[in-house]
Amino acid sequence: MCDLRSKAPRMHAMAGDGLELLSLVEEFVVGQQDSKAEDIATGVTTGQFTILKLVEGLGSVLTSCEPRTRGRGVQLLSSVIQQCYANLQEQEVQVLTKFYENRLKDHYIITPHVLQGLKSLTMSPALPSGLAVSILGSLFQDIHVQSLMQAERFCVYSILLNLMGSCEGELKGLGANFVFGFIQAMDGEKDPRNLLLSFQIAQNIINRKYELGTFTEELFEVTSCYFPIDFNPPPNDPHGITQKDLVLSLRAVLSGTPQFAEFLLPLLIEKLDSDIQSAKLDALQTLTACVASYGHKELKEFLPSLWSSIRREVFQTASEKVESAGLSALHGLTACLSRSVLTCDSEDSLETFLNLIVKDCQHHLCEPDLKLVWPSAKLLQAAASSSFRASCKISRVVVPLLLEQYNHHVQSTQRRTLLEVLQKFIHSAKRSPVEEGGESSLAEYRQSLCSVVFCALSDSSSALQTSGLRTLMAIGNHPGLLFGTDIELAVDHLSKFILEDVDNETSLVAMEASGSLACLHTTAFCSRMVPALKEKILSDCLGGSGETPPAKSQQALFLRIVRALAAISTHPNLVRETVPILLQVLSASHTGNVQIRQEDVISVCQNLQCIVELAQGSEESACYFHETVIPYVLGLSLQAAFHKERTLSPLREEKVLSALVPVFSAASGCSQHMLAAQTASQILMLFLVGDATFLPENNVPQNVNLLKSHSDNSAQTQLVCLLMGCVCSLPINAELPMLDQLLTELEELSCTCLHPFTYTSAAKCFAGLVNKYPSGQKLDQLLENTLTRIDTILTSTEPSSSSNQKQAFTFLLWLTKALLLRYHPLSAPLTDKLLCLLVDPSLGTLAADGFALLMNDPPDVLNKACHADVRMMYRQRFFTETAPKLVQGFNSSPKEMKSSYLKALSHILNCLPKQVLISELPALLPLLLEGVSCPDSEVQLSTLSCLHPLLLDIPQVLTLHLETLITKLLGLTSSAAMKIRIMSLRCLHALTQLPLHVILPFRSRTLRALAVPLDDKKRLVRKEAVLARGEWFLLGGPGK
Amino acid sequence: MAEGTRLENVNPLIYQRSGERQLTAEDEDEDFVDPIDDREIFDLIRSINDPEHPLSLEELNVVEQMRVHVNDNESTVSVEFTPTIPHCSMATLIGLSIKVKLLRSLPERFKIDVHISPGTHASEQAVNKQLADKERVAAALENTHLLEVVNQCLSARV
Repeated sequence: MCDLRSKAPRMHAMAGDGLELLSLVEEFVVGQQDSKAEDIATGVTTGQFTILKLVEGLGSVLTSCEPRTRGRGVQLLSSVIQQCYANLQEQEVQVLTKFYENRLKDHYIITPHVLQGLKSLTMSPALPSGLAVSILGSLFQDIHVQSLMQAERFCVYSILLNLMGSCEGELKGLGANFVFGFIQAMDGEKDPRNLLLSFQIAQNIINRKYELGTFTEELFEVTSCYFPIDFNPPPNDPHGITQKDLVLSLRAVLSGTPQFAEFLLPLLIEKLDSDIQSAKLDALQTLTACVASYGHKELKEFLPSLWSSIRREVFQTASEKVESAGLSALHGLTACLSRSVLTCDSEDSLETFLNLIVKDCQHHLCEPDLKLVWPSAKLLQAAASSSFRASCKISRVVVPLLLEQYNHHVQSTQRRTLLEVLQKFIHSAKRSPVEEGGESSLAEYRQSLCSVVFCALSDSSSALQTSGLRTLMAIGNHPGLLFGTDIELAVDHLSKFILEDVDNETSLVAMEASGSLACLHTTAFCSRMVPALKEKILSDCLGGSGETPPAKSQQALFLRIVRALAAISTHPNLVRETVPILLQVLSASHTGNVQIRQEDVISVCQNLQCIVELAQGSEESACYFHETVIPYVLGLSLQAAFHKERTLSPLREEKVLSALVPVFSAASGCSQHMLAAQTASQILMLFLVGDATFLPENNVPQNVNLLKSHSDNSAQTQLVCLLMGCVCSLPINAELPMLDQLLTELEELSCTCLHPFTYTSAAKCFAGLVNKYPSGQKLDQLLENTLTRIDTILTSTEPSSSSNQKQAFTFLLWLTKALLLRYHPLSAPLTDKLLCLLVDPSLGTLAADGFALLMNDPPDVLNKACHADVRMMYRQRFFTETAPKLVQGFNSSPKEMKSSYLKALSHILNCLPKQVLISELPALLPLLLEGVSCPDSEVQLSTLSCLHPLLLDIPQVLTLHLETLITKLLGLTSSAAMKIRIMSLRCLHALTQLPLHVILPFRSRTLRALAVPLDDKKRLVRKEAVLARGEWFLLGGPGK
Repeated sequence: MAEGTRLENVNPLIYQRSGERQLTAEDEDEDFVDPIDDREIFDLIRSINDPEHPLSLEELNVVEQMRVHVNDNESTVSVEFTPTIPHCSMATLIGLSIKVKLLRSLPERFKIDVHISPGTHASEQAVNKQLADKERVAAALENTHLLEVVNQCLSARV
């Protein structure tokens, strides 16, 4: 009794549900309300209804004698299953599947819904075993796939894919019948979406080793008939299928199994012989893909035809793509033959194939004047680089031949070609994997190779010398080819090229070769090149009396030596030899014993920086820099600053000091944090309390505060830039003693000092430290005090402090930069301050240019190399926040103020990544067009240089404004400034990329206007005009 | 290139390309007037593609700087070109390409003379006559097929 009572309400509820279900079904079937399917599906998922009830409810509909009604019923059932197939019980799936299989025999208008339902059922995890076979049986038997619509065919392929995923074993049990069914189903398919699926099925069949039985050729036929794919997606294609997707998918099928080889290879050869470029390319790439799984058995009979097709393409093609695809295919073929295991009675097919290649190519190597020498060399190299065996075989023929030809031909152009071919062979021999314990395939020609190279180096033709140097580099980097006295000879040659007045390219290559060989052959460079360079720089460049200025050739020699010293400093041992020479030069210039131009001193500093950067990873070198180099250079700078008799020392010059900053910052940013921190605190003590005990030849006055500014001590205060280089490059968590005192002194210096270099450096130093200062109350307090001080100066009307406005502005700018980089909340109000200053009569231009600083990485501080706190995408963020304000300011400001806004905006745009620009540009375009016609030539130029990359990348956004743009650009081709004329012509050139129908109406007008700059007085302008006009002429013409 | 088509000269001699013109300080100087010189004219035509090889006229030595003469003041240009073989059927086409390139790239004031280097081609005079005849050059460019080949020779190589 109890039970019954408690069940009563539930039964009542169920009866209610049943009625509700029936009415929903009614509304769907008769009322044609598709949304009801959703409601029922929700009910089934939540457990309100069961599938069984639904089928019962559909009873009369499914048995109706009107096909449309039956169809509607099946549609409802399928939509519900689609929503809840995951929750179905095994029993339910079984019954439903049987039902659906049966329905396949029903009227054709029902079929789409039946397939939809079957597709959902095959996704069910509860699919009972044995059903897959029966579904496939019904499908293949009752349905003719190709007479269905696209969506239904798509369903069939999805069903196959689903079953392949879940019931692989059962499908394989069908034997070749499955493959046969699939072949019948896809035969004649045309839709790209369906093709992608059916290629996927074919790929699975091959990769998962389904039995192909007697249907191998049929499967190949039914897929290969699409090769090569020629598909142009319609414009605005919503499916996003590209030619490339189809090509790659089909390639995976065709190249998937060696069983296809006998059919595929003839097809590829046929397509290679066609006239269509893309077909050749596809054929070559497919060949490269398929040989990866082939052996010599498959290839054997086609090798001669494949070779002759590849050879023909590489010899005759005008397209680099076809050439490189041909070379990769040859590389693949040779690699495949090299891999194949030979049986004792088969011939060595690699040997035969290589003989064929060598026979067809080697005689071209004997004609170094003719065109085919290069393609022949490339073919041989492609084959040689595929395996050690191939490399040995080809080297044994080619290298002696080239060496002999080199001695046979005497003209330097011929020798040069031969040497360059030889050099490429040495490279490709290095690429081919050397067998365990084996010697390089070139080892036996070591002696002759060296003598040919030395012969080229002693030639009088500089082009031949350059090729000789390149070959020397190749030999030197190839293990085991250069040793003993040959190295010494090579180093002597290199020294000669650096010390003698040869042409520019040769000396650059000599420099590069020295750099690359120095780390392998350190001793020879230490004992031979360094002394030679040292003697020359000390005797010839610095040995002069100091009275007469050095000749031009001497200056060039000086620069070459300095550069070479930096280039070879690739090893700690070499660093210890080369750096003292550079320091000696610095010291000599400082004492004034010799006269060295300022730019030469700067280049010494720059090369010193290169050495420090090159040696960044080495602990040994880092020790040397911190213990010896930095104190020495700092000592020299201090002497220059303090000693009256040293007023001529170049170390007092701003430019020289600026060049020294990166040396300090590179040393301080090195990976040896302990050393860097120690040096930094020593230098800090020197600046704050005048403790100079760590300096050599310490003869500076004790206890001087270098950061206190007086009227005439700018020579001393400007040394703050070196302090900046040192303390601002430390890692972010490094601790500095007396940091807060330092910040106070720096603030004072940058607000009050009158010397521009000093106050800017102090501001930069402050900014560099604040950027890394841990956030918290202390930082907030510090910033608040500083900003109040800046504000007071900027807003003051007193004449005494208005002279300090520039200092305050510079300080504000650098502080903004420091905070912007670390996403500090104060950066937004500070940026607003800068925006306000854009209309300031005296600071407006400075403020506009300041935006360039905010967006760019400064070379010496606040960049990644200085370990600054630089957040990702700060530029984009800055742009998003600032651009609307700039646009607004531009629109609301009076005409004479507008250019500051435009300038600031174009500075920002110039630094943004293209992807961001492309999305933001449409909104800013009117403003940019305004910029083009702004009278300020600097704004014009920067707007044009901002427009140019956009025109190259996304010309379509400009389509709407084309009329205005072309008129303005044509106007600018007669601007007074050469750079603007050039830039506007480049933009006009870029416009030719627009779709033809858009641009063609402007053709004749533009051609007429472009005739004028053809007669420009500047050659650089004429060059751009010729390029632009040539492209405009080709527009719409045949042959473009 | 299909199996059937054969080039007239399969393996021609190739020559070194001259590098880009070196920039001088005067080139950068706004006020200095750069005259149009031989090298500038040569730079205009040296990169024209050969109609049948993937090579430039310079690499085939069809044009050389020493065979280019310009007088900026008198507005005259004279270019001699040398076909790779004396029976080269492409000679007229090459001459036409050079002429069209110069017409498109030089100010209108220039009188342009393009002819074959004396004694290097079998039908030298006939070709020279064709190239000198304004009407015939204009008529040739009306021919779509000819214009197509000329435009291909003048296009930047892909």
